Amino acid sequence: GHGSGPAPGHGTDPPAPQRVLFPPTFSVSEIKNKQRRHFMFLRWKQQQRKEKLALKKKRRKEREALGDKAPPKAIPKTIENQRVYDETTVDPNDEEVAFDEATDEFAPYFNRQTVPKILITTSDRPRGRTVRFCEQLATVIPNSHVYYRRGLALKRIIPQCIARDFTDLMVINEDRKIPNGLVLSHLPDGPTAHFRMSSVRLRKEIKRKGKEPTAHVPEVILNNFTTRLGHSIGRMFAALFPHDPQFIGRQVATFHNQRDYIFFRFHRYIFKSEKKVGIQELGPRFTLKLRSLQKGTFDSKFGEYEWIHKRREMDTNRRKFHL
Amino acid sequence: VVWSMLGNRQFCSYKMTTKTQNFCRNEYNLTGLCNRSSCPLANSQYATVREEKGRCYLYMKTIERAAFPRRLWERVLLSKNYEKALEEIDENLIYWPRFIRHKCKQRFTKITQYLIRIRKLTLKRQRKLVPLRRKIERRENRREEKALIAAQLDNAIEKELLQRLKQDTYGDIYNFPIHAFDKALQQQDAESESESDAEREEDDDEDVDKREFVEAEDSELSDFEDMDKLETSSEEEQEEEEEVEEKASHSKSKGKTPLKGPARRKRPYIEIEYEEETEPSTKIKAA
Repeated sequence: GHGSGPAPGHGTDPPAPQRVLFPPTFSVSEIKNKQRRHFMFLRWKQQQRKEKLALKKKRRKEREALGDKAPPKAIPKTIENQRVYDETTVDPNDEEVAFDEATDEFAPYFNRQTVPKILITTSDRPRGRTVRFCEQLATVIPNSHVYYRRGLALKRIIPQCIARDFTDLMVINEDRKIPNGLVLSHLPDGPTAHFRMSSVRLRKEIKRKGKEPTAHVPEVILNNFTTRLGHSIGRMFAALFPHDPQFIGRQVATFHNQRDYIFFRFHRYIFKSEKKVGIQELGPRFTLKLRSLQKGTFDSKFGEYEWIHKRREMDTNRRKFHL
Repeated sequence: VVWSMLGNRQFCSYKMTTKTQNFCRNEYNLTGLCNRSSCPLANSQYATVREEKGRCYLYMKTIERAAFPRRLWERVLLSKNYEKALEEIDENLIYWPRFIRHKCKQRFTKITQYLIRIRKLTLKRQRKLVPLRRKIERRENRREEKALIAAQLDNAIEKELLQRLKQDTYGDIYNFPIHAFDKALQQQDAESESESDAEREEDDDEDVDKREFVEAEDSELSDFEDMDKLETSSEEEQEEEEEVEEKASHSKSKGKTPLKGPARRKRPYIEIEYEEETEPSTKIKAA
């Protein structure tokens, strides 16, 4: 076979290859002896590196030689650059989208007819971490109340909430003593979004030296929600906070979407000058990943799903994102 | 005979021993323990109660059918009504040993109790266990980390805040030099400056928090230097100097401070060059 070709392969013999002729289809992986194969591979790697370095140098010299006339530097490819274009990307001037948004379930909020009132609860028997997380969330979101669920069915809670004028319901699901899921439901018959929550950091775990968030209404930043789906989720988040932020408080809650992961942060900012702003993180932080979006309120069996994450179809392409 | 062979001495495949007790795994066993009186193999006359799909049956074995294994166990459906079923058991097991009758009824009671419980639980919410797939969890965590790095959250947030500042969403709270200039330009065309200063005094009173914080700040000089680099018009320089003087008493946000030194107000374009020369002197005074 090929592997038995007269390969030098001894560690003490670097200049040997010049004397040896390998058959043309020989590759390093075909040597049976592991030590020799490893050695040959390392040598091959070194060679590749040298070639690459030489190429870079050459290119740099060319660029310098051309000076001003040099072609512009190539933009490196990133996942965001290479993202598969999503047809449902929202065009800011799209009339249809604007019309939809004027008539969807959040219209009363955006028309300032309703004031958000949020109910935060957990799954059964929450453990300490989840409880503390709920409390901190309640301080971050103004006009929110935490109630513990003692075995009550969600379906029965919902009519009661609607009767008491709550606009949103957040259920934090817990597994093995850490919160790992979030169900966010807009109450008077609004959409329900189910998220997977990860990397939850409580306030004391964040490295910062600030104080607690005050009761001022924070501003909201929604970054990068481009598609229709992303837009509706973004509006859901925006509907959690009252419409008029109190700039005196200088607090900002950010929902930043990157590659379908939504990062939540809560900061206090201060403008040091016109071009510089300092931010200090207070408040809990967590990341969300959307799992499903249902049209009505929470109903796991009979609900009408607007969007579900289908692993086999959606996770295969690394450049395709949905939010 | 059977018992002496299987029960205590030799091997019985249904027997399970633990430290304290012996159990019988035979499905027709009445009590579940391995005893002489509860072994369905060793007793030729035996009865059990078993449930299938929510209905309870009474199984009976008699010696007459010992030769016909297929017909060995006779099955009787018990009524759904608890008391009636107990009576049926009694009826069917009349003249049977007391032990078997009693145990059958006990077993039947237990079965009905757990059936009720099952029915109650299925009506309540059931916790659905969704298994985590390790590979997928790992994949998602890795992707999340990479997304976090790509997101550059701090920068994004800062950019957004600065953009909002530029778009004037904060209104009159922050008065940075450039904004102050633009406003001053507009206002010099329209109204008199004293009125605008009065407005800003009112702003000063509202932002109590801002005042506390900014006193510790020391950006006055840096602002001033920035302004030098920009080639601004004389009017802008005028305001700058005013600000610089007033900064000791008020915080930066009250950019356009009320005029205290009326002498400092410089006016027409004609005097441009003159003011530039005096600029360094005012700078020194402020510092």
